[in-house]
Amino acid sequence: MIAYTIQRLATGLLTVLAMVTLVFLVFQAIPGDAARMYAGPDASPEAVERIREELGLNLPVHVRYASYMGRLLRGNLGESFITRRPVTTEIRERFPNTIRLSLCAITLAVVLGMTMGLVSAIHEGGVLDIVLTVTALAGISMPSFWLGLLLILTFSVRFGVLPIAGAGTWRHYLMPVVCLSVFNIAFITRMTRSSVLEQLGEDFVRTAQAKGLPQPAVWLVHVLRAALIPITTIVGLQFGYMLGGAVVIETVFAWPGMGRMLVRAVSLRDIPVVQGALLVFAASVVLINLAVDLLYGLIDPRMRRDRR
Amino acid sequence: MATLGALLVAGFLLTAVLAPWLAPRDPYQMNLRGSLKPPGAEYLLGADYGGRDVLSRIIYGARLSSIKSISSVGLGMVVGTIMGMLAGWYDQLEGFIMRIVDLLLCFPSIIIALSIIAILGAGLENVIIAIVVGQIPNFARLAHGLTSQARNRLYVESARSIGARDFRILSRHVFPNIMDPLIVQLTLSIPGAIMTAAALSFLGLGVSPPTATWGGMLHESLKWGRSAPHVAVYPGIALMLVVFGFNTMGDGLRRALDPRARKAGRQVG
Repeated sequence: MIAYTIQRLATGLLTVLAMVTLVFLVFQAIPGDAARMYAGPDASPEAVERIREELGLNLPVHVRYASYMGRLLRGNLGESFITRRPVTTEIRERFPNTIRLSLCAITLAVVLGMTMGLVSAIHEGGVLDIVLTVTALAGISMPSFWLGLLLILTFSVRFGVLPIAGAGTWRHYLMPVVCLSVFNIAFITRMTRSSVLEQLGEDFVRTAQAKGLPQPAVWLVHVLRAALIPITTIVGLQFGYMLGGAVVIETVFAWPGMGRMLVRAVSLRDIPVVQGALLVFAASVVLINLAVDLLYGLIDPRMRRDRR
Repeated sequence: MATLGALLVAGFLLTAVLAPWLAPRDPYQMNLRGSLKPPGAEYLLGADYGGRDVLSRIIYGARLSSIKSISSVGLGMVVGTIMGMLAGWYDQLEGFIMRIVDLLLCFPSIIIALSIIAILGAGLENVIIAIVVGQIPNFARLAHGLTSQARNRLYVESARSIGARDFRILSRHVFPNIMDPLIVQLTLSIPGAIMTAAALSFLGLGVSPPTATWGGMLHESLKWGRSAPHVAVYPGIALMLVVFGFNTMGDGLRRALDPRARKAGRQVG
């Protein structure tokens, strides 16, 4: 297990390294002059030249790559074109808000989705199953930002019970968390249902029933545990996609997070901020995948043995 | 269920093609006296802030939505499938191509799209490019898996034994045999692409106004939805119905074409 953990950590590190390189290369392809963009439209040619030298844009690509990597290792992501503050500061102020929002949403999605999926599977073919299946299909097709608009119109504008924007109290969390999790509630419901139904025919289920375990114990202890493996994979994958969803939802609810920062930076073409946000998002996804891989060992003892 | 989905998809495509004949009014005709008028006899689904007919704008929006989503997923499928097939066929290329694919998979598709918009700027072509890049990895991964399985099949061996070259084997023999799952993936990728395109317009980073797009209409309703909820409700319903249609049709196709893949193991951004 330890060797496996080290190996996974090394792969994760290499992935991040490759990602950083990819982001560097892609942003070399920006049409137009970065020095000009940084200096602003009114700057004199001399000022643009000076900035070009300050930013090292007149140097060859490999020199710039080396200095970019060097700066990254020292935790320096450059400066925002717009606010002129370090990108790391901008990110540090907002990232926790995004993480809090996503964690609430994924928790809600896992709890509700697994419950609904299990209930649906237990009542396979029954009315409850059909209702839940159709609900899940609708949930998968629901554009989250539209749901956000509808919730705002209903609960903030019409009834005036929930705040429209910001991230102060628990009441601020309700609507964004629901919007962000609705796709995943539906997705995990479907996943749990099919995964549980697949386990039902297995020998260990029959054994559990034969030794006289009460039915709820069979479902919760044996079936659900075996069904957890595919569900964990999905939750890991979806957590990354949820960070993507947060980009849109944060804009709807004016949530002071990374997503809203990214959207603003894109519309103002504030490249250093876009680059920084991109790196943080992708690194988070790599970290989550790593965590999921390590979790497998805990859930499924077979994996532990196989990997030795 | 799948039939209902197919009907919705057919309705969507027909609307897109027949938009000029179906729309009751000019979607760009401003009429300030009709500003934010609620649904009624004059405007079936109401009017937006500029007094433009919401129904007509939704109908024209179907056009742009289908162009963006189908062309980008189609392009993504072509590029992704070629990359995946090459990776599955040539061992020398496998490591390189699949590492790039793995890297791309680390970025949620909307974030890839946003970065590309940041680099290239908004506009229809750039939006399409932005969505294509996000589509490539799924197709590449699928085609890679399918091709490396197909390599050991008898039909490949027999084609090789009669002296067929790699290109011919890949295009004439392997591709037709791995096409079904790719088509299922195509159908299931379209709703994600529609959502990403709508999300970009909604964020104000898609095709520029006054072009009628569903996401753009929802973007405007951020301002006017409070006094006129209809501008927020109807474009969203259209969006949801179309996504629902593609999802259920795709599910049905998958069950029909690939009985082995019953699991819902799929990601939509």
